[in-house]
Amino acid sequence: MPTSTEPMANKVLIQFAHPALQKSRVNRRLITAVRNLENVTLNDLYEEYPDFSVNVRREQQLLMSHDIIVFQHPLYWYSCPALLKEWEDLVLQYGFAYGAQGTKLNGKWALTAITTGGPTSAYQRDGSNYFTIRELLRPFEQTVRFCGMVYLPPFVISGTLALKNEDQIAGYVALYRRAVESLRDGSFDAGEFEHVSYLNEILQRSPAAA
Amino acid sequence: METEGLLFQAFVYLLAAVATVPIAKQLGLGSVLGYLLAGVIIGPHLLALVGHGGGGVMHVAEFGVVMMLFLVGLELRPNLLWRLRGPIVGTGGAQVILTTLAVAGLALAIGIRIKPALAIGMIFSASSTAIALQTLTEKGLLNSKGGQTSFSVLLFQDLAVIPILAILPLLAVSGSAVSPSSAHGAEVAPWQRALIVVGVVAAIIAGGRFLVRPVFRYLASLRLHEIFTAAALLLVVGIALAMQKVGLSPALGTFLAGVVLAESEYRHELESDIEPFKGLLLGLFFISVGASIDLPLIKSQPLVIAGLVFSLITVKFLLLFFIGKMTRLEKSQNFTFAFALAQGGEFAFVLISFAAQNQVIDQRIGNLLVATVALSMVMAPFLFTINERLVQPSFSSQLPDREADEIDEKDNPVILAGFGRFGHIVGRVLNLQRIKTTVLDLDADQVELVRKLGVKVFYGDASRLELLHAAGADTAKLIIIAIDDEEKSLLIVETVQKHFPKLQILARAAGRDHAYRLLHHGVDHIFRETLGSSLDLSVAALRMLGFRAYEAQRAAKAFRDYDEQTVRELAQYSEDESQLIAQAKQRISSLDEIFQIERHRSPQPDAGWDPPQPT
Repeated sequence: MPTSTEPMANKVLIQFAHPALQKSRVNRRLITAVRNLENVTLNDLYEEYPDFSVNVRREQQLLMSHDIIVFQHPLYWYSCPALLKEWEDLVLQYGFAYGAQGTKLNGKWALTAITTGGPTSAYQRDGSNYFTIRELLRPFEQTVRFCGMVYLPPFVISGTLALKNEDQIAGYVALYRRAVESLRDGSFDAGEFEHVSYLNEILQRSPAAA
Repeated sequence: METEGLLFQAFVYLLAAVATVPIAKQLGLGSVLGYLLAGVIIGPHLLALVGHGGGGVMHVAEFGVVMMLFLVGLELRPNLLWRLRGPIVGTGGAQVILTTLAVAGLALAIGIRIKPALAIGMIFSASSTAIALQTLTEKGLLNSKGGQTSFSVLLFQDLAVIPILAILPLLAVSGSAVSPSSAHGAEVAPWQRALIVVGVVAAIIAGGRFLVRPVFRYLASLRLHEIFTAAALLLVVGIALAMQKVGLSPALGTFLAGVVLAESEYRHELESDIEPFKGLLLGLFFISVGASIDLPLIKSQPLVIAGLVFSLITVKFLLLFFIGKMTRLEKSQNFTFAFALAQGGEFAFVLISFAAQNQVIDQRIGNLLVATVALSMVMAPFLFTINERLVQPSFSSQLPDREADEIDEKDNPVILAGFGRFGHIVGRVLNLQRIKTTVLDLDADQVELVRKLGVKVFYGDASRLELLHAAGADTAKLIIIAIDDEEKSLLIVETVQKHFPKLQILARAAGRDHAYRLLHHGVDHIFRETLGSSLDLSVAALRMLGFRAYEAQRAAKAFRDYDEQTVRELAQYSEDESQLIAQAKQRISSLDEIFQIERHRSPQPDAGWDPPQPT
């Protein structure tokens, strides 16, 4: 169970879903930054299952052998790309992820790490998306809770459409890498999660968190 | 008594065939020669088991020819004719006309008068459709260039019989030809006879179109299968009888009936109904040819007949080779073409008796001609053997010696070996993604063709080290082995692994065996050439049976994953089986194993889609 006092490193599984990575500017960079980290497993779903036939057994094994699950994807129509939804439908089985005997995921941490094309200002009552990102991610939050996992405040990079500046992108990439490393090393204070809406806030508050 | 005789005859024919054909086949001589030998052995001059007085054998032979020509006619679909119209009319026409003229010239030179000389020319111009097609099919050569050209020429010969039958009476020596065997017995002038031929042909075509088709439609609607078959046979026998009545060849009549029915919607049904008889009837025909060889005649004039057979084969062979060359047939294919058609044909027997009836040639010459044609047909399988054993090997051994093309593309990331029906799809997909590919192929015809379509393909053998160097194998990322020659494919694998260890190999596997061998060589990326399309078909079948598309697709995918895994497991397992027999056994038992395991294996788990069912 991941805690800040755990001496052993946590095992982090990144469930990555992007149907057109070849066109991606930000996610591709993010992936590259965390791909080879120790104790971090990258599961590139669209690369693994181009025909949507998710190997349920393999996925359940992966979940069980990791402590922290990161769902990384761009936000498509206020949700995830289709394959990740198929993954949820098939892998989070009754008796595995939920139900009386479905306790295999209990106590694991889950983080949603997303990119959005529109800026944060669009995700509010007077913005074009009306709801906040945190509100829109409620289905993921509840899915995670239902499976007995701890839902972390999401990691969000918004306004990627306008993100042209290389330095800015590099900044986000470094931030994400730090987030993943911190999760792995157990350096987050679990008590802080309740007080923020987004993981970014904790990371930015303590630039040298470690 | 009657039945006993018939059964005895059937017994003799079948025994002769069963005894000789497998031996001939084992000796690599083909089934045709076996049947011919069987005919000679049981014929009137050796064992005399059949054909006392000549009637029996010829009667059966007649029926064999009649049935065979009906089937040949059925194969002659108008659209097939149309597709091959160039080779048929051009090459076939040249063959018939040139052979007729050359043979007639030779006949004139040995003192035969002009009209019979022309008749002999026409008689010798035809080759044996039965022997040539049967043997080409048996040896898998029918779809080669040489085989296709042979087929076209045979088609033209089949058609040419109609005008030849019309012309022959006009060549009657006296001008007041009497048809002695003509059933109605009346005297007919040659022009009248020609008119009768045209009239009967027209009647068969019109009858087939407007009378027979409605009848068949009615019979088909009754769904009485055997009555349909009976009707087809009735038609054949009826036409044969009618033709005999007017003194024409029954074979020609049924041939025409076949052509007419080839256009009808019941062609396939007729074909599959009669197909089972086809092999045996052809065998019967060949036995009859063997039995009809007049051994005493040959014994009395061995040199004359040997000379005639030799000249017939030589003249036909030289002309065929010349024509093949004119039509730019590649040399090895041209040899196949010329060897395949250098014999006399079964139509010759029909034409000889017809010509004799019309007193175009006298009976003595007629007998000589029958012996000559029959012996040339006996020689035909040997000609095929000569081509196969002596002529063709010199070409295949020359093949690697042919200079490979200069390759001027070196920095391409992909080398594609083989641009046939498999490789060309790979090539096109890569091309659409703008991946530069160096394409090599060993089939000169294919290289020629593809180049005409604007694709750059280099002629060369991809298993040769220097060619791989020239193709940039040390800088390329992938080599795709898409050839169908298993041995060559493994040779390429070995060369690449030895000299270009960094080059990744993707290989087409012809079947499980080839897949195992590739896996033993350490090639992981193997692609069994029929797996994809048979799975696609399975998906389509499941959908037609009411499965939802996604379910069917997932079932196929689950099978594919499972089967790919099985192949790899069995590959390790089959490694220690070095004996060929053991391997064959292995394949059968492993297939059985596959079915066994399959039944116990749960499908791809998709319980996640089900509602929770607490137990």
